[in-house]
Amino acid sequence: MAASETAVSTSSRRAIGEIVSGSLGRRKRAETRFQAIGLGALIVGIAFVAILFGSIMSKGLPAFWQATINLEVYFDPEIIDVPEKPVQQADQSPAEYLEQLRSWQRKLAFVNWNKIVQNSLATVVPAAADDARSAVGMVASGERVRLRDMVMDNPALIGQRREVALTAAANVDVWLKGNIDRSLPQSSQQLSRNQQQWSDELYDRGVITMDFAWFIFTNTDSRSSPATAGLAGAFVGSFMMMLIVMFLAVPVGVMAAVYLEEFAPTNRWTDLVEVNINNLAAVPSIVFGLLGASIFINYMGLPLSAPLVGGLVLSLMSLPTVIIAARASLRAVPPSIRQAALGVGASPMQAMFHHTLPVAVPGMLTGAIISIAQALGETAPLLLIGMNAFVASVPSTPLDQSSALPVQIYLWQGNELRNFFEARTSAAIIVLLGMMICLNALAIYLRHRFERRW
Amino acid sequence: MNTLIVIVFALVILGFAYQLGLSRSKSIQATTGKRMHSRPGHYGMLVLLWCLIPAAIVYIVWLIVEPMIATSIINSFLPPDVAADSGEVIRSTQRINSLVSGFGVAGEVRPYERAAAEQLSTFHLIARMALIAMVAAAAAAGALYARGRISPTMRARNQVEGFIKIVLITCSVIAILTTVGIVLSMLGEALRFFTYINPIDFFFGTTWNPRFSSVGSSNQGEFGLLPLLWGTIMITIIAMLVAVPVGLMSAVYLSEYAGPKLRFFAKPLLEVLAGIPTIVYGFFALVTVGPFFSGLGALIGLQVQATSAFTAGVVMGIMIIPFVSSLSDDIISQVPKAMHDGSLGLGATKSETIRKVILPAALPGIVGAFLLAVSRAIGETMIVVLAAGNSPVLTANPFEAVSTVTVTIVNQLTGDVDFASPQSLVAFALGLTLFVITLGLNVVALHIVRKYREQYE
Repeated sequence: MAASETAVSTSSRRAIGEIVSGSLGRRKRAETRFQAIGLGALIVGIAFVAILFGSIMSKGLPAFWQATINLEVYFDPEIIDVPEKPVQQADQSPAEYLEQLRSWQRKLAFVNWNKIVQNSLATVVPAAADDARSAVGMVASGERVRLRDMVMDNPALIGQRREVALTAAANVDVWLKGNIDRSLPQSSQQLSRNQQQWSDELYDRGVITMDFAWFIFTNTDSRSSPATAGLAGAFVGSFMMMLIVMFLAVPVGVMAAVYLEEFAPTNRWTDLVEVNINNLAAVPSIVFGLLGASIFINYMGLPLSAPLVGGLVLSLMSLPTVIIAARASLRAVPPSIRQAALGVGASPMQAMFHHTLPVAVPGMLTGAIISIAQALGETAPLLLIGMNAFVASVPSTPLDQSSALPVQIYLWQGNELRNFFEARTSAAIIVLLGMMICLNALAIYLRHRFERRW
Repeated sequence: MNTLIVIVFALVILGFAYQLGLSRSKSIQATTGKRMHSRPGHYGMLVLLWCLIPAAIVYIVWLIVEPMIATSIINSFLPPDVAADSGEVIRSTQRINSLVSGFGVAGEVRPYERAAAEQLSTFHLIARMALIAMVAAAAAAGALYARGRISPTMRARNQVEGFIKIVLITCSVIAILTTVGIVLSMLGEALRFFTYINPIDFFFGTTWNPRFSSVGSSNQGEFGLLPLLWGTIMITIIAMLVAVPVGLMSAVYLSEYAGPKLRFFAKPLLEVLAGIPTIVYGFFALVTVGPFFSGLGALIGLQVQATSAFTAGVVMGIMIIPFVSSLSDDIISQVPKAMHDGSLGLGATKSETIRKVILPAALPGIVGAFLLAVSRAIGETMIVVLAAGNSPVLTANPFEAVSTVTVTIVNQLTGDVDFASPQSLVAFALGLTLFVITLGLNVVALHIVRKYREQYE
């Protein structure tokens, strides 16, 4: 009886063993396949990162070097025929002086700067003297304004010759960088035959050079002169909004977190606040834009496109993230610290502000910086409060009209001069990403420098 | 510069008030020999608050009242013919103000302007003096009152901490107020929209053709939500088809197979995707991915538009990968180690353990993560604005251009906004729809994730 049972179980065990060993190959293959799929997914993910950065960098980096025509400009007194720059008299009120100055500036603005540009170009290509249209079209139109401003600041320039590096027109830059198909028929080319010939010739002679375009950081946006359009206004606008988020969302968020984590009684009301904050963190950013449009602009009558409104909207948007991060870092502080403080007679408030909070600050700071970086890159809510308006000035107060970096990217990608602005937009993206990487690096540094393990 | 001086001055005064309370409490303790209830610093803080708050109230009231008085002074000087024209009033007010500031105006100064300017500058002088006097009086009175109340039995600490607590509560109420603000503003504007358009036409209409708002046009245009909603859903599905396999599998690979070195590099590299602004993804889709798919389609004889639901969906999927992968990672690591080890101990291979033990156990959590990712995809704006093609038609072909709810909000609310036309107000109705959908998804998802977490705790 016992022997036959053993025999059965031995044979069934052998059968099971055969099944197992028979299936081993299949299972091994399945294992390999699964692992390959996992590795493949990881590689795909990382490839996406690489393609994204590669594509932006390869498009954007060349845009930092712009075609520049180095010319000797003669500030011809016959063309710049304006009276002496007015000086404020003792008996003049500032308003009267300002009006006089303005009328002088207006006269200066009416000077035929095109002629000056043409004459300067003719010193290197004599043919330019006969083709005014082509000659003027070689130089970015914003450079005429720069020549005017040079004279405005220093009227003594009139009658002198100066070496000036004039930024070439966008189309010349596109032509020289090969971003346009040179085989296209002349009727669909932006540059005239003369301009094409001069561009190539001057580039070969070294009159046109590819210079680092510092003006991308110092000029404001421009429609009439795309080649000299810059990010200064957007930069300052974004900076103001970041400051507002920093001084509004971060303190309020930290204090709210302190209350909710340490002092709030556990009841329905705090549950509601809790659920509410979690959900607010997942509300689409565009909804905050609607809130801004309806409350700040429609009801409160705050100005459109103002960094103040943008900052308020972004503060509300990043508040939940700041609160959640601050609560997490408060929770990470071991309770023994608080209990020790309470044990030696500190009030809960003293235990919090003297002991728990200082320990939690690095973690809070990391969370705060990351949410500021997020706010910096946010576009959609800003579009709804009118920040997509074209603004060609640097805001001096948070109530002035302004642009913002991500919105500037949005505006530039929609520019009809596509083959030029694709590169310029990528350059703006590089600037934005650079700022975000700096902020995130700061957050990582703070975490490593001050993080304590318990 | 001026404000800087004022701020420094105020800080000095406040420091003085603090010192007042501090020294008073110390001297009381020294003279009476009784133990004070609180630390000296608390008495200092209390006097400081009593100094600050009344002065701040006076200052804020002055900030509100002063411009009102100034305006009424200017208006009292304006001749009737000027006062009748609102544009002229603004111009004269500006001229008078620049006269007062000493900057002067160009051209002739009219007599009433001069008179108003003189009166106004006297007023400004008196008002400034009065302000300084009143703020100083309020600060001094508050500080002295608080100082007088200091006694050994006074519970200064409780009072100061009570005040701090009120500040803390106010801060946490702001989050609630934001939600209330969102709901009220959107509900209000959406209800105004529904006075123009029947809600049934809005929620079940299949045509989106809002026209332009123009004065006196009886034709309102058609505001059917369905084409937009369908576009949103289609893009979300495509995004999920990209994000979930890649995100989930890379999370599994990183947590189960990858060595520490690979994990150290690959994890942050994937998380970089989460930090990139969405406008950058939009530009990437428009300039790189769209033309690539279009060319690929032409190669195999398929008509693929460069800006299409497919382009937007794929790029949105890339954006969501780190979101899915880090959430899945959290959830997988919450499955008890015993289940994992038990399965391996019974002879299962790693992949069998993952597929038959860990993933089923983690499924509710992963579903929650999936729903959170869906809600993020639905609310995403910039990628679809740039890459979806903005054509609000009902189509089942993912290679055609579509439009979404968020794109339409942006389109209807940028440019000239007129808060009285259905063309603008519809943005709020759309926003409300979006808010309700994402809120519902979040509530469900958070509930599932929490339930799941409790299961293994």
